[in-house]
Amino acid sequence: MAEHLRRGIEDLKKKVITMSAVVEENVAKATRSLLERSTDLANEVIRGDVNIDQMEVDIEEECLKLLALHQPVAIDLRFIIAVLKINSDLERVGDLAVNIAERSLFLATQPKICMPFDYETMSNMVQQMLGDSIDSLVNLDPRLAHKVRAQDDKVDAMNREMYETVKSEVIGGPEYINCLLHALSVGRHLERIADHATNVAEDVVYLVDAEIVRHTPEYFMD
Amino acid sequence: MPLSHIPIMPVDNPQVEVEKLDLYYGNAQALKSVSFGIPKANVTALIGPSGCGKSTFIRCINRMNDLIDTIRIEGVIKIDGENILNPTMDVIELRRRVGMVFQKWNPFPKTIYENVIYGLRIAGVKDRTMLDETVEKSLKRAALWEEVKDRLHQSAMGLSGGQMQRLCIARAIAVNPEIILMDEPCSALDPRSTARIEDLIRELRGDYTIIIVTHNMQQAARISDYTAYMYLGELIEYGPTKKIFTKPVKQETEDYITGRFG
Repeated sequence: MAEHLRRGIEDLKKKVITMSAVVEENVAKATRSLLERSTDLANEVIRGDVNIDQMEVDIEEECLKLLALHQPVAIDLRFIIAVLKINSDLERVGDLAVNIAERSLFLATQPKICMPFDYETMSNMVQQMLGDSIDSLVNLDPRLAHKVRAQDDKVDAMNREMYETVKSEVIGGPEYINCLLHALSVGRHLERIADHATNVAEDVVYLVDAEIVRHTPEYFMD
Repeated sequence: MPLSHIPIMPVDNPQVEVEKLDLYYGNAQALKSVSFGIPKANVTALIGPSGCGKSTFIRCINRMNDLIDTIRIEGVIKIDGENILNPTMDVIELRRRVGMVFQKWNPFPKTIYENVIYGLRIAGVKDRTMLDETVEKSLKRAALWEEVKDRLHQSAMGLSGGQMQRLCIARAIAVNPEIILMDEPCSALDPRSTARIEDLIRELRGDYTIIIVTHNMQQAARISDYTAYMYLGELIEYGPTKKIFTKPVKQETEDYITGRFG
């Protein structure tokens, strides 16, 4: 019986790692599609999301099955609960990658504008956070998870700054309003991905330390 | 270090206090310096693999082990501050205060009514109204009244297993104990009867201090407020059930409750 559960948990771990890799790759493609004005890459992201959705359903069913059949406790229970939540976050990140890809499809049809924020820095930072949150899960590393939480404040700050820039640019050149609004959305999507990465990191802290750290400030310093 | 990191939880105002309890069957030591406090009016579950000393331990609390010649006990068990291992302790009175329910139900081959008032009868109570009231009150408390109220004077042997176990609980309650010991009370019952007994245990909590030995980990998790994990005669970890089953402090406890043991 215990061996049966153990195998189920190992399978679940593999599935969630596979899903993380696919989600991470889709985010990378989506951000690149915008940078390179590549509609091919953007379409690839949009098509690929069906897989992520299917993986989410599979993982949820697997979690429910393990809960119902084995009534796990302690570390096993925390692992399954953490995976259930991380699963939803990853699926949402997949959707946000699609949203970014859709914005790139539109922006590719428009004259090239200067992004109202340091797009490359922000997208790299967000991808780093996502990668670190997944690594913290794979290696059960709460230290790395805390680092992700600390990073989130920086992304939030960039997002706020971007609103101010867009506002002044719209006033200065209202002819670009459409593009600027799409760019604003992209920034907002990136910021949401960082939030989901933070959620994943917080679930990893719960998984390892059994401590719910959501809604508490992160004082982690590099 | 926060309190939550101490594997043996200190208890405020415990009803049962166990201090350095050692028990030997001949030369074999079955309990090794067990010390902990059991809080009043709560359900405390004892878990651990077979032979870890759970049953031996609860049988100390009403001195059932006195019946075995080769047993030697050292240490202290206080109930409401009084050491019950003291040779001058009135064991009959102790067993009235500390009731017990066993794995296999054991009603007497008498009527349902006589089973419930057995304790009062041997204590010499003859007042019919008092006996009737006790029967009704105890059977209601044991969630059996509705099923047997029309056949109180029929033999208890005609009841189902689950009903007989509830009758044994009613019999234990009838003498107004403070503590009820339960040694695997559901292990021979089907899931439905088990659920009824579990509900009953939750109902009785608040009025009685219940100490239950169970092999069923989910049962311990469902019904108890506190859980003690024992292994090879030692108390390994003791704390709130919620904590033991979500984040135990000791690796041994985690290994046992998650089935990684051995």
